[in-house]
Amino acid sequence: MSEWWTYSLSDFLLFSPRTYYRLSELYNIAIWPAQIVMLALGIAIVLLLRRSGAWQARAAAVILAASWLFVAWAYLIGHYDTINWAASYFAAAFVLQAVLLVWTGVVRNRLSLRRRADVASRAGLGLFLFALIVEPLIAPLLGRPWTQAEVFGVAPDPTVVATLGVLTSAERPHWHLLLVPLLWCALSGATLWTMQSPEALVLPAAAVVALIVAACKTLPVSQP
Amino acid sequence: MRHSPSFSRRRLLRSLAATGAAMLAPATAPGQQVLTKPIPSTGEAIPLVGLGSWITFNVGNDPVARNSCAEVMRAFFAAGGRLIDSSPMYGSSQKVIGYGLARLNAQSLFSADKVWISSGASGPAQIEVSRQAWGVPRFDLLQVHNLLSWEQHLRTLLAMKAGGQVRYVGITTSEGRRHGEFERIMRTQPLDFIQATYNIVDREVEGRILPLARERGMAVIINRPFREGELIKKLQRHPLPGWATEIDCTSWAQVLLKFIVSHPAVTCAIPATTRADHVQENMGAAAGRVPDAAFRARMAADVETL
Repeated sequence: MSEWWTYSLSDFLLFSPRTYYRLSELYNIAIWPAQIVMLALGIAIVLLLRRSGAWQARAAAVILAASWLFVAWAYLIGHYDTINWAASYFAAAFVLQAVLLVWTGVVRNRLSLRRRADVASRAGLGLFLFALIVEPLIAPLLGRPWTQAEVFGVAPDPTVVATLGVLTSAERPHWHLLLVPLLWCALSGATLWTMQSPEALVLPAAAVVALIVAACKTLPVSQP
Repeated sequence: MRHSPSFSRRRLLRSLAATGAAMLAPATAPGQQVLTKPIPSTGEAIPLVGLGSWITFNVGNDPVARNSCAEVMRAFFAAGGRLIDSSPMYGSSQKVIGYGLARLNAQSLFSADKVWISSGASGPAQIEVSRQAWGVPRFDLLQVHNLLSWEQHLRTLLAMKAGGQVRYVGITTSEGRRHGEFERIMRTQPLDFIQATYNIVDREVEGRILPLARERGMAVIINRPFREGELIKKLQRHPLPGWATEIDCTSWAQVLLKFIVSHPAVTCAIPATTRADHVQENMGAAAGRVPDAAFRARMAADVETL
């Protein structure tokens, strides 16, 4: 793209806010009652986060990977692709994230969710509960219909925030697992910002929390 | 609010004749006539106002929104409109236009689309996908979108024109990008059309592009006439100037469009909308009296003060 500096965010917005939210509504209607199943799986992850052990981490990774695959197939390819020609590329990134979650959390069993009462664990749990409980309420709280609610496991934004929550709770930072979620936070945040949506800063804020926690875990701790 | 001096009907009609030989053509709406201008390369008449599809027609598979777009198209044709413009870049817009055309008997359609792909070799395949989305036997106009791989695509389009697979060929730009290269292509290539951004506040093309189009005998399509609605939102806070009635305008949208289409080099403007009543309002700018150069200067000066 030549003269890229002459482009603004609005030049990349292909659809109106009305079309975007209406797409969420039609998607929710089409996949009902998958939202209930995914919410139940989300509650299962909350319970898993409260226990330590190898199989709990594996189970959480499997649920998250399934969510990323479902969003890639049902939302990005099945619906978003009709209004955004870049959706297939986003779907590929979501599939990659699912593969990385299975590889790291199941095959290599490196996603340790050791239960702690430290700030990182609380921040992770907070992000996850925000994605599970608060994000579906954003649409109705902003005056949009319930049918436009974005639910963990079926909509990309709460799925990404929930994943950041799990990764933030993990004992060690997993930068390779953070890459796609952080990129999506930037992309979705920019899209909502350009649409002048009030919730535009939600994903960037979640990304900042996850980044800070991961950075703190990465930096060497000085020993007395 | 400063008002321009009164302009006589005779003076306005005289200016109308001077601004690219605008003509009156019958519209389907009774009692209304649509102003047209000729495409320089053939003399074919095109109404001064067309219909864009950027963002507004990208509604995916939503049946409610698709029917709404079809109603916009119905209102457009009923008001005497002809030219609809789209691009493969505009998401589902091409399919939504095809959905509307399948429900309307749009004999007067002038189909304008674009080729927008990096690979020159993939251009013909993309054009065929676009044609199938519209459901038309061939496009009236094909343009190289934003000069992307223009050498290869223009070669394809000119060969298609020679073979009778498209009637007109053009290039597009927007928001003032790559005007230097745009100008060079205009000077060297046998184009029927160019498309660029022009409105009452973004007037860079007045300097070189529009005079060159006139000199080279190229029709001019104007995109972003309202800056994606920004200008309308800004101006609607102010009352319509008194001089608007002297050019038969009843809204800011009509004032903005009439400023554009009254430029001697401009063939038509392509505002986009999701509402049938807005289409009727926009088409009103293709009727009645047209401002001359002095009147246009006053319009721009007045808008600048708001």
